[in-house]
Amino acid sequence: MAQGATGKKARPLSPHLSIWRWGPAMFTSIMHRVSGNGLAVVGLGALLCWLGTLAAGPEAYAKYAAFAVSPLGRIVFVGISWAYFNHLCSGLRHLLMDIGGGFEVKTNNMWSILTHVFGVLLTVAFWAILLLR
Amino acid sequence: MGNGTSIGRVRGLGSAHSGAHHWIVQRVSAIGNLVLTAWFAVSLLLMPNFNYITVHDWIVSPVSAVALSLLIISVFWHVRLGMQVLIEDYLHEAGTKFVALAALNLVVFGAAFYGVFTIARLALGAA
Ligand code: HEM
Ligand code: HEM
Repeated sequence: MAQGATGKKARPLSPHLSIWRWGPAMFTSIMHRVSGNGLAVVGLGALLCWLGTLAAGPEAYAKYAAFAVSPLGRIVFVGISWAYFNHLCSGLRHLLMDIGGGFEVKTNNMWSILTHVFGVLLTVAFWAILLLR
Repeated sequence: MGNGTSIGRVRGLGSAHSGAHHWIVQRVSAIGNLVLTAWFAVSLLLMPNFNYITVHDWIVSPVSAVALSLLIISVFWHVRLGMQVLIEDYLHEAGTKFVALAALNLVVFGAAFYGVFTIARLALGAA
């Protein structure tokens, strides 16, 4: 694989699996994957269950609704909403970079961090409106 | 084409002639998700409560039923593409990869159909 020292001078190595350090972009990339796949499994599961119990009738739906406001249910739904808003923000960052924006290191780091800030702010705003309406 | 190193085995083969389409559909479905999930989030906030009657009356209106069905299709399409990349990144053995991708396709298709079917059932008055 990557052999740096076969010639006289050490040649530059391609990015190597064991040589890396944390950066905002790396964290954002990992979180985009985690939130997207988490939403796919838990979020879509909960959405289908909502539709399923709704179609099954008032008694089944009431059980689902009771779970949703239980402590565990709250954790599940706050988690889903946070994953959603986080994925939404990092997804928009993806689309921005797809059209060539935000590749300068400073700008890139800034948007990576803001992605997570906006993700949390939107989650807080969503629950504030929901619970205080 | 050489057969020694891994780079030697793929040199000169040219492009796979697929992949760009996957990438573009992931973006198109992302925009669909953006619009439809934003509509859904706002709709949830606009509901006075989440009682059976309230939610049922909301979901059976043609606009909600159609938009929610489109949401199911767009999101599951997006997820089908996204999870394919996840599988391809971590499963390298041809057999397990094939089984995982086949299972993904079946589950996504079945789940999406379940979602659209329940909405149709509600909207057409059978539940
Ligand atoms: C994260 C995913 C899910 C969660 C948190 C969840 C949660 C729940 C809860 C709390 C109940 C009420 C159980 C009881 O007290 O009897 C329920 C019932 C039900 N779930 Fe799920 N569920 C999930 C996924 C699914 C999926 C994927 C489907 C269908 C494809 C589904 C279909 C149903 C149905 C039809 C019922 C009604 C059962 C009855 O008639 O009482 N659920 N679910
Ligand atoms: C709200 C609007 C959304 C936007 C703008 C968006 C955007 C994106 C983009 C651009 C990608 C491609 C990333 C890449 O090429 O590396 C992606 C990946 C993905 N998205 Fe979304 N998405 C949205 C909603 C959703 C939803 C609702 C789900 C699931 C229920 C989801 C699940 C996924 C998954 C599983 C991936 C693959 C991640 C990976 O493993 O690399 N997305 N999203």
